[in-house]
Order: sequence, then structure tokens, then C-alpha cells
Amino acid sequence: MRNTKLVSLEEAIRRSGLKDGMTISFHHHFRGGDKVVNMVVDKLAEMGFKNLHLAASSLSDVHAPLIEHIKNGVITRISTSGLRGTLADAISRGLMEEPVVFRSHGGRGSAIASGELHIDVAFLGASASDELGNACGVPRSENAKSICGSLGYALPDARYASHVVVLTDDLVPYPNLPSGIRAADVESVVVVDSVGDSSKISAGAIRDSKNPRDILLAKSAAKVVINSGLFVDGFSIQTGTGGASLAVVKYIREEMIARGIKASFALGGITAHMVKLHEEGLIGRLIDVQSFDKVAAESIAKDPSHVEVSAVEYASGQHLGSATHALDIVILSALEVDTDFNVNVLVGSDGIIRGAIGGHQDTAADSALSIIVCPLLRGRIPCVVPKVTTLITPGKSVDVVVTEYGVAVNPERPEVRERLVAAGVHVVDIHDLAAKAGSIIGTPDPLPFGDKVVGIVMNRDGSVLDKIYNIK
Amino acid sequence: MMFVPGNNPGMMADAHIYGPDSIMLDLEDSVTMAEKDAARLLVYNALKTIDYGTTEMVVRINPLNTPYGKKDVEAVVKAGVDVIRMPKTETAEEVRELEAEILKVEEEIGAVGRTQIMAAIESALGIVNAYAIATASKRMMGIALGAEDYSANLKTNRTPGGAELLLAREQIVVAARAAGIACFDTVYSNLDDMETFRKEVELIKTLGFDGKSIINPRQIEVVNSVFVPTEKEINKARAVIAGIKEARAKGSGVISVNGKMVDRPVVLRAERTIALAVAAGVISEEEAL
Repeated sequence: MRNTKLVSLEEAIRRSGLKDGMTISFHHHFRGGDKVVNMVVDKLAEMGFKNLHLAASSLSDVHAPLIEHIKNGVITRISTSGLRGTLADAISRGLMEEPVVFRSHGGRGSAIASGELHIDVAFLGASASDELGNACGVPRSENAKSICGSLGYALPDARYASHVVVLTDDLVPYPNLPSGIRAADVESVVVVDSVGDSSKISAGAIRDSKNPRDILLAKSAAKVVINSGLFVDGFSIQTGTGGASLAVVKYIREEMIARGIKASFALGGITAHMVKLHEEGLIGRLIDVQSFDKVAAESIAKDPSHVEVSAVEYASGQHLGSATHALDIVILSALEVDTDFNVNVLVGSDGIIRGAIGGHQDTAADSALSIIVCPLLRGRIPCVVPKVTTLITPGKSVDVVVTEYGVAVNPERPEVRERLVAAGVHVVDIHDLAAKAGSIIGTPDPLPFGDKVVGIVMNRDGSVLDKIYNIK
Repeated sequence: MMFVPGNNPGMMADAHIYGPDSIMLDLEDSVTMAEKDAARLLVYNALKTIDYGTTEMVVRINPLNTPYGKKDVEAVVKAGVDVIRMPKTETAEEVRELEAEILKVEEEIGAVGRTQIMAAIESALGIVNAYAIATASKRMMGIALGAEDYSANLKTNRTPGGAELLLAREQIVVAARAAGIACFDTVYSNLDDMETFRKEVELIKTLGFDGKSIINPRQIEVVNSVFVPTEKEINKARAVIAGIKEARAKGSGVISVNGKMVDRPVVLRAERTIALAVAAGVISEEEAL
């Protein structure tokens, strides 16, 4: 009998054996353009499912329709790396009875692999799939509509979920190989009109930041990297995607050319900046768990030395083979850093969830040097504070904090401090930075938290790091 | 000298982190009539509460013949500003009028003589009177060119080469040097054309200006790269100073360094190079000795 995997969404759900109370999962590679979560949960609601646990790699503003599904009991538990927008706002104010469980990307990968986070049915959107379920995030035909590049965060789900449903808007002839999601792991393939809004999946051409503060922060961070002692031929690096992080790459590139230094690999969310350095021969390989923009997505489709990795291979703390263990330098951002070098990237200074753990915990812990780039002040909000609102990345993982008022080095890293001072970097005590912020802004009133736990922050090893309370 | 609008608290709060030599908080052209009082209050509080470190703080006030000028003087003198920049200065008499206003406030708070004056010259009449303006007050620390108003007053336009400003620039440098005070060039407002900006900075350095007015932190690097002495220049200046010290010890006034005669102007230039290098933080004061 020929293949029977190709079915409607309703039939795929019926076949999956999904029952009330089970766990469903999604990836967030379509970012702000994602249509899969809303489409599937709408269908589950229509079919009468209740009390489901939604385990996504991340959720954003586009998932606001989930608010209704939470109110009517379709979704009663959520696990994710991040929350933003009106959904995050409603949850911060106490929308759910069960707290949301936040894990890092590596932490989620580990939890899925170990069975701590068991997924009953994974619904995975793909840019292209054949009828057997070989599915990927790169274009494989002229009809490709929703291209995201790497499908790294979906790969643990594909491998470990009891039942896998691939959704695609571009069904291509067998064999759609090579593909990250392999037919052997997939039970059903559903063809839909659209899995994502391509204009919101990835940024188009990225521009260099002209914000003078970003430039100042970037130059400072680049100076830290260059004088860290790790800036030698064959080094490896990961950066974020904020204006300052992108600009760091520009200044590091100039110094790499000047000194004749090449990097062995760049890791993580890959951007056009990294692709440019790779194509210039300055970076050997790109190890890509998430392609942040169109240029990165196009590069991974055609360049064999630009490779897709799963969240487990990227950043799992439990698997010694993960790429973060080979990472020299990571440049990260923060909403808040405190005087013990603890970092918060999840909860805003207003007590409302507005971010994602992402790979923050993982890369900070495993890299040889973690650099947090963060302005001392964002408008009237202090970013270096006596104590973070919510603990996401413990201070013992954080080595250097770069602000526009100077660079603070973790006292646990005296050798790094020594090198930076010798290189003329303006090194300051982190307590002085917090005091400076306080002197300009004053001491903010304490946040009006209630006593209901709305979120639990997991450490990447599966322990609980912090709790988030409802904001009144 | 970096211009910062006096009605923008975000910019005022951290203008000094980019390392300009001085910051000019503006109460005049960048603030609309409706916001004059609010901006004055903001600038007063910025000067009182923000730690600008060693950055020299300048405030550009409104002309004294407007309803705002005298209130501006009172507020910024009380806040302890280093320098008041007087806009559209045309005569020495205007400077003396400002000096009297400053003195009045200083006497009231018991801080006589603390506030310096910088005069912006922005018209043909001002250029003609440049030396008289430069010498009108002991508080006068420098004069500056305001090119937009000046070129409008000349009935011409600004051009990339700056031919229309040549006389004004030279007149300001000559007047400042004759008076023994500093001189500063006008702003360049196209932030997307750093090459033309660099050429303009090179030109005004050659003409003899002490510095350039800027409108964005991104311009600081260019100005510093033109004005801050190179290592080669510093080493040459050191050799000259070492040579002259040795010659003086031997009772001789003229020496030669690397086969070239070194006389007084050469020594003065060398001392100026070292002073600039120290001011820019390229070498420390100990290294300068």
C-alpha cells in the first residue's frame, strides 16, 4: 500500500492519539510570522480538546489568540523559552492557574532528550517537506513561501516526541534530502496554505546601527574581545542580534583583518554579519541553530560549511558534545545585571514578562568568556541594579559587563581584569556602576508583585532558579 | 564642543560618555518659543545633578534682548556653568552687557568671577568687530564662528569647500590669537558625509582653530583623529623640548635637533603638541615632563 502519511490536520490530530491533558509542542523558527501555533490550537479547540500542555521553543506577540484558548481551558499549561506581547502581559497579570515553565534552549533540549519534558505530539512547521516527512527550513522548489533556514529548535521535538506531525506550505517530491527532520520520525504530513508570513519571519537587509550609544558599547565590547587573551587564530564566537551586538562583529572584523586572525566557527543564531565574515574567509564554519535573517537562511541553503544543529547539539548542558562547550567568546545582552553579575533577560523593570531566556544561560555557562553588553540606563530605567528582578543567568557564569560608563569584570576572573586594564580598557567596579545609575535615576519604587506564581525559571540542569510572581 | 539640545533630557543625561572636550547645552535655536522655560529648568537641573566629570560645560543662552536671555543667565550661573555662550554677538558693548548680568547673579550667590564667556560671531558686523569682541571682557575664553547665520547674512550659501567662510574663519583665528583666547569653528551638519567633514576639520586645523563644534557623538572620532598629535609628532616635540632644556643648561638659546635649527616658534609648537597630547589623554602628565 502506498504512503498514507499525507492527511488533513484534523485527521493527523485524530491519528496522533492526542488526549486531554497531553503535551503538544511547536518551534518558533517562523518568529513573528508564525501561523502554525494558532492554526493548530484553533483546530484542537474546535475538536473539543481541553487541559493541554503547550510546550513551544518560544512564543511571541503573534500568539495573542492563545489568551482565549487559555480562558476556555484548551491550554492550561505552557512551557517555553520566552513570552512577549499581550500574551506575556496577560500571563504576568495572572491569567493562568499553572505557572509557565521557562527553560533555555539548551535546557529545553536536555529536558526533552531526558524525558523530563515528554512531548506527546509535536506539530512542526516546515518550509518544505516531501510526502514521507523529510522536512526542512530551506527552499526546495520555486514555490517555497515560508523560508526560515535552520530548524534547530524543532529537531529535538522531531526526534523525541511520541508522535510527529509536519505542516508545510510547499510539498515537494520525494526525496527532500538532506533534511533535518527525517521521515522515520514523522507520522503525518499536513499541507496547508501557509505556515508563516514571510515578511515577519526574518529581517531583510540589516543596517549598521547609527545609534551613538550602540556604537560606543560595541567598540567597548570589541576592545574587551580583542584584549581578552582569547582573540587568537582559531577562536570561536557567538553574538546576539541587537544593534550593539551586530556592531561588535564589525569592529572585531577590522581587527581580525589587521592581525591576520581567523575564527574557527561562529555559533548560535546566525546573522548576515556572520555570513559576510564567513564568505570573506574570516570564519571557517557557521553552526546554525536559528537563521536570523534572509541572508543567513539563503546561506544555509547553499553552503555546505554552514550547518544546521539541533538545540541539543547547540547548547545542552547534559551532553558534552554540545557546541557551547567548544565556544570561546559569547556576547550577550541583558535587561538587567546586578552587582553579583546575575542577569535578567526575561522580566522587565515593570514586572511584566517581555523576553526570552534563549541560549543565554547555556552560552554564558559553557563559553570560556561571556560578555554582557548592556547600557547603564535605558531612558529612565536602570539596567545595572543591586538585585535583578528575576534571576535567569547566575553571576558565576558571567565574566564581563560592558556599559557606556565602563567595563566591570567578575572578581572571579582576575586574569581577565588584568589583561583589560593593561590594554587601557576603562575597568570599573560593578557596585560603582549600580551607584552611578542610582545617582542619576534615584531608587525606583518596589514593584507591586502579588503572591501568585505565574512563572518558574529553570536552570539548564533542571533545577529551579527563580519564581515570577503576578504583577498587580 | 558637542551641541546638545536643552530640551532633550535623554541626550543631556549621557552626552559626556562619548568623551567630547566640552558640551554645549542649547537654550537658543534648538528650543522652540513654547519650550524655553521648560528647557531652562531642565538645563539647570542637569547642571546641578548630573556628574559630567571633567567635561567643560557650556550653555548657549538666548540673546539678552529677548524675553528669555536674562532668565537664562540667572539659571545657568546659579547652576554653576563653566561658560556661557553668547549667540549672535556683534559688538563689544553686548559682551559688557552680558558681563554685567553675570556679575549681578554671581554677587547674589557669592561666586564672583566664576563664569566665563564665549562669544559666537554669526554676522558680517560681528566679523568686522571680532577683535573688539574678543577683548571686551576678562571673562572671554574664546570666540566661535556660527556659519549658518553668517552665510545667510552675507547673502550666500554654505558650500562643501567653505569658500564663503574663509575670511570669517581667518578673522576669528587672528582676533583670538591677538587677544590670547581660544577659537572654535562652526558645526558641520551632514552626518552621512564623514569624508567632507574630515576635510573641513583638516582645513580649520590648518587655519589655526583650537577645536570644532559638533552635533553628534559620531563626529568626535574624526575631530580627535585630526587634532590629537600622532606618536611621531609627540616624539619630535619631545626631542625639541629635551634639546632646548639641554641648550638652556649650557646657556645657549639656539640649538639644532636632527640637523634643523630650533628657535622659539618651534619650541612653542612642540610645547603645544605635548599639551594637546596630554589633554587628549594620549600621554600622561608625567610622561610629558
